[in-house]
Amino acid sequence: MTNATETFELIVPKEKKFSKMINWKTYFFYFFIYLMATVTILVLIAIIGYILINGVLHIDWEFLTSEPSKMGKEGGIYSIIIGTLYLTLVSVVIAAPIGILAAVYFTEYAKESRWIKMIRFGTEILAGIPSIIFGLFGFTFFVIFLGFRWSILSGGLTLAMMILPTLIRATEESLKTVPRSYREGSLSLGATKWQTIIKVVLPSCLSGILTGLILGIGRAVGETAAVMLTAGSSLGVPHALTDPARTMSVHLYILASEGLSREKTFATASLLIILVLIINMIANMVTQRYIKKAKA
Amino acid sequence: MKAFEKAIEKLLLICAITATLSVVIITLFIFKEGVSVLKDYGIVNFIFGSKWSPTNGQYGILPLIAGSLSVTLGALVIGIPTGLACAIFLSEVAHKRSAKVLKSAVELLAGIPSVVYGFFGLAVLVPGIRQYILPMVQLINKDATTSGFSILAGAIILAIMILPTIVSISENAISSVPIEYKEASLALGANHQETITRVIVPAAKSGIISSIILGMGRAIGETMAVILITGNMPKVPGSALDSVATLTGTIAMEMGYATPEHQKALFAVGIVLFIMIVLLNIAANFTLHKLGGQTND
Amino acid sequence: MDTKIKIRNLNLYYGNFQALSDVEMDIYDNKITALIGPSGCGKSTFLRTLNRMNDLIGSVKIDGNVLLDNQNIYEKDYDVIRLRRKIGMVFQKPNPFPKSIYENIVYGPRIHGTKEKQKLDEIVETTLKEVALWDEVKDRLKKPAMGLSGGQQQRLCIARCLAVHPEIILMDEPTSALDPVATLRIESLLEELVKKYTIVIVTHNMQQAGRVSDYTSFFLNGKVLESDETDIIFSNPNNKKTEDYITGRFG
Repeated sequence: MTNATETFELIVPKEKKFSKMINWKTYFFYFFIYLMATVTILVLIAIIGYILINGVLHIDWEFLTSEPSKMGKEGGIYSIIIGTLYLTLVSVVIAAPIGILAAVYFTEYAKESRWIKMIRFGTEILAGIPSIIFGLFGFTFFVIFLGFRWSILSGGLTLAMMILPTLIRATEESLKTVPRSYREGSLSLGATKWQTIIKVVLPSCLSGILTGLILGIGRAVGETAAVMLTAGSSLGVPHALTDPARTMSVHLYILASEGLSREKTFATASLLIILVLIINMIANMVTQRYIKKAKA
Repeated sequence: MKAFEKAIEKLLLICAITATLSVVIITLFIFKEGVSVLKDYGIVNFIFGSKWSPTNGQYGILPLIAGSLSVTLGALVIGIPTGLACAIFLSEVAHKRSAKVLKSAVELLAGIPSVVYGFFGLAVLVPGIRQYILPMVQLINKDATTSGFSILAGAIILAIMILPTIVSISENAISSVPIEYKEASLALGANHQETITRVIVPAAKSGIISSIILGMGRAIGETMAVILITGNMPKVPGSALDSVATLTGTIAMEMGYATPEHQKALFAVGIVLFIMIVLLNIAANFTLHKLGGQTND
Repeated sequence: MDTKIKIRNLNLYYGNFQALSDVEMDIYDNKITALIGPSGCGKSTFLRTLNRMNDLIGSVKIDGNVLLDNQNIYEKDYDVIRLRRKIGMVFQKPNPFPKSIYENIVYGPRIHGTKEKQKLDEIVETTLKEVALWDEVKDRLKKPAMGLSGGQQQRLCIARCLAVHPEIILMDEPTSALDPVATLRIESLLEELVKKYTIVIVTHNMQQAGRVSDYTSFFLNGKVLESDETDIIFSNPNNKKTEDYITGRFG
């Protein structure tokens, strides 16, 4: 490549000035691109670094295992960790079967009809709806209309609706990577369609579905607005589905907006970031394994 | 056996419909709650009313719309060049290893909860704007004041938050430009940069535009980050250093203590927001599928 | 000589396109029937009508009769699952499941209700012996089937199909993805299998049809131009076009 340009310049030396002018523009272009890429990475490091540096030291065993007191100004975040786990679990347990089965329907059963197109369009819209709208809806529908009040149940159902699109899309994508020949092989042996799906198709794309599930968990953990309006912000340890709860994101919001304790705010934010980093890492590991397996 | 298979198919269909039905139910309930305010107060008065003062029964959301649009616009001004540069970096410029680093960075940015962004903005940007940006602005305009809670702070944080959307979708679009286009341009003697700016990016136009529209939707819909750093003052802003209240922030802030009528008004705000988002999504979909024929095949 | 499958008046449409027209054929018990013809002539499509694999494609319309043991398989309440147990299929590209060798073989029997470990072990051993793969893989039955060579994979797929005790085996160009040595092994395997099973094989390879089959049908543009004993087709075809194809003048 470089050789070719050199000969070119040798043959037509007059062009050199002209190409210098272009080079200036080209340099600026690459400079800008590299700059922006670097800035993006630095911003990420700055955000994570700043919060962790200020917060990690305040996370200790006591912080994790004691209950908050004085509105969270003192004490730990035990009840909040429990609330987060509880709420996330409930939402995933509700959303996972519906999302995965819906995706199976779309990829394995649905024929292209106007109905199916509408249903598909519906899930796409669902993916774009902002969380505050989910919160509003959860508030009127689950909390008020169905009388579930501020509770893990209301929050879990609302979160489940929010992570459905993520799950459906991830499952659909991984189902599409399963070769048709697997399905034909199974059917030709006299397996029914459902047997084929359960015993051949789903197992061979399990890790793709798992990645979607983990990303859904990530979304549920990080959600604030919708949770605040549906699960409340009680500081007590929740014992039942009908109890209200406060999640880590909501706790962080309340601490930050009310300026209760700088220390506790940074500690909570750090914990949240660590949680998200771990979730991301697990998702990446699962994806890597999936890619490796697909290549083999 | 056959009956069982039929039953399974029905069950799956029910799951698929449930997913969609939730959209219908959401729409129904939001509209049911909010529409009475729109009717009584009048759509025009509601949308173009310049005073949002629920305690006085004044529900004009023009300041809220102005607030949402101003932070969104600011976020796009910062986010589009950055995002596009990153997308080009990933698909055309970077070596494998540096591409991987940037890619995981962008993925992580997408994973950080919005309330954490808000908190970062509150802890760093808001005081930073007060201490460093304000004196610089005062050199030009002596009367400028700011608390730091401002459009600028919101725009910067939102720009970071919409980066992943813009980068990933644009990168996809750029990567799927047929290699023949690139070869044709290079064969005509264009260098790599000219090929990128004149052939590849235009060919990926529809994907890039739809990524921007989706990013815009995300910025308008974002709540927790904005609520912590824009100041929540329902006034039509005069400069980028002014505080604003957004549609989303107002709903989240006021829902907890609202009177029934006030609550209905907040639902009406939800309707406006909902319609804006759905329209943006449809537009993004449309650009991607209808105009994108050449790049997506 | 018994007729296993009688095909009468079979038409198949993909949307508006007619892929098979008025196909008539007899497939005889314990014989190998080869289907030959240029690509796109409908021979694979035809093969897939015999175990109703075309049902999977939404836009397909089929009329006519396919009589298996004198019963029309396109009758309204015909049990497709039982049909596919009776008629096994081997595909163009080896398609083992991403499971172990053992799991691949027992997949069919398990689906059809065999649960005892001992019986399954037995099935694995006999079928792998039947396809002459036992000695090569007996020490690594729990290893992924994807680790086998292409030829071994294809023999595994044949074994997998034998494990459900079919009466008929359909083969859709089973050697087209294999090297010559692996191809020969499969061909000699066919000679063994035909003692117990009825085989229908689609092939691109004229010599293969000549070497292994007892009967040959020549397809062109969705029609069967000629069906006869392989020796006759290859030495003394009735139809000018058959002769042209066999002698390599087109296709």
